[in-house]
Amino acid sequence: MTDPVAMSRPTEGAAGKTGSWRTFRPVVDREACNACGLCAMYCPDGCINEDHEIDLDYCKGCGICAQECPKKAIKMEREER
Amino acid sequence: MAEIPKEEYLEKCTTACAGCTSSLSLRYVLKAAGPDTVLVVPACCTSILQGIYPNTAFNIPVYNIAFAAAAACASGMSEAFASMGKKTNVIVYAGDGGTVDIGIQALSGALERGTDFLYICYDNEAYGNTGMQRSGATPMGARTTTTPGGKTDAKKDLDRIVAAHNIPYQATATPAYPKDLYEKVKTALATPGPSFIHILAPCPPGWRIASDMSVTVGKLAVKTGSWVLWERKYGELGISSPSKGAMKKRAPLRDYLSLQGRFKGISDSTVNELEQAIEKNLAQLAKEEAGEC
Ligand SMILES: Cc1ncc(C[n+]2csc(CCOP(=O)(O)OP(=O)(O)O)c2C)c(N)n1
Ligand code: SF4
Ligand code: SF4
Ligand code: SF4
Ligand SMILES: [Mg+2]
Repeated sequence: MTDPVAMSRPTEGAAGKTGSWRTFRPVVDREACNACGLCAMYCPDGCINEDHEIDLDYCKGCGICAQECPKKAIKMEREER
Repeated sequence: MAEIPKEEYLEKCTTACAGCTSSLSLRYVLKAAGPDTVLVVPACCTSILQGIYPNTAFNIPVYNIAFAAAAACASGMSEAFASMGKKTNVIVYAGDGGTVDIGIQALSGALERGTDFLYICYDNEAYGNTGMQRSGATPMGARTTTTPGGKTDAKKDLDRIVAAHNIPYQATATPAYPKDLYEKVKTALATPGPSFIHILAPCPPGWRIASDMSVTVGKLAVKTGSWVLWERKYGELGISSPSKGAMKKRAPLRDYLSLQGRFKGISDSTVNELEQAIEKNLAQLAKEEAGEC
């Protein structure tokens, strides 16, 4: 069926794998983390899940999670590529 | 306070710049609104964020419309849903250029008509999508591509223009305080008739800040009193808790300005003017909250 108007459909990766934008990657130090959830709350792109795991396929490397972490448990490490 | 739902309505990922707080805002707007929602979006960064046809990162229906028409379109949509007996939320999500300059007459008309909708202006204080030209919402002293020496006019007072329409619900927010933003969207959507929320959205490329600083800068906007969080329900003003501290003791304005490249080289007299505008605004809001005006 063709759409009556130009219509897009919800798709993961609609803007490609935005992880390729990164110049720095966030790395979580599990020992230092107190599971407060602030990193996930502030990630503009919703790339951090409930277990505080970061989806590196899409994380853009903005660094907000590291900046806002009260435990300084996230380090931004330079991507090697 | 209710828990913020885990559901995300933006698929990974939009095309927003790294550290975009307009995207962060939208995450919470949609969490508050839920799936039975239509967004009306005039030309702005949010038109682009959706991705590339035939795909979109937005997991709710979006109607992309010409600049000047967003609020008028929302009026029609809201009437159509009502006549079908549907309770679908109609939310305009528009930039500052599309609100304080280009969309203002359609907005005023929809507020006057009493349209049952929520109009959100996310304010990155310039025409972001086209390369950061100044808008009526750009603050005095800020450099944009069309004000290379710093803007000489003051920021247009959109909130007092909207307030003059005496709508049932009006608020300010910023995603540096996501819970406050979430609660305000909930309240707005639960209030019949027109609601308006003005969101300050720090923008890394436009404000010339590092991508990791946009939330910090949003907090400083509140702590310095540059951005005051409040809500007005049926004419009753309440200052929101993050701004209560700033009403008593403000962080130095320079702390906010010096983090942003757009204010580089700002003169002392301009800082002074900004300072005076903050004091005047805070004094007026305090009086209104106390019922003295
Ligand atoms: C009638 C019309 N004039 C100009 C444009 C070009 N245009 C597209 S987006 C945009 C900037 C919008 O600025 P704002 O509303 O602040 O949103 P932002 O891009 O900052 O998110 C402009 C000028 C247009 N699409 N239509
Ligand atoms: S903000 Fe820091 S401490 Fe809190 S959950 Fe994230 S990594 Fe852990
Ligand atoms: S670096 Fe930015 S995009 Fe990546 S997980 Fe942290 S906040 Fe999210
Ligand atoms: S220009 Fe600013 S508002 Fe637009 S997508 Fe980039 S960060 Fe967001
Ligand atoms: Mg703008």
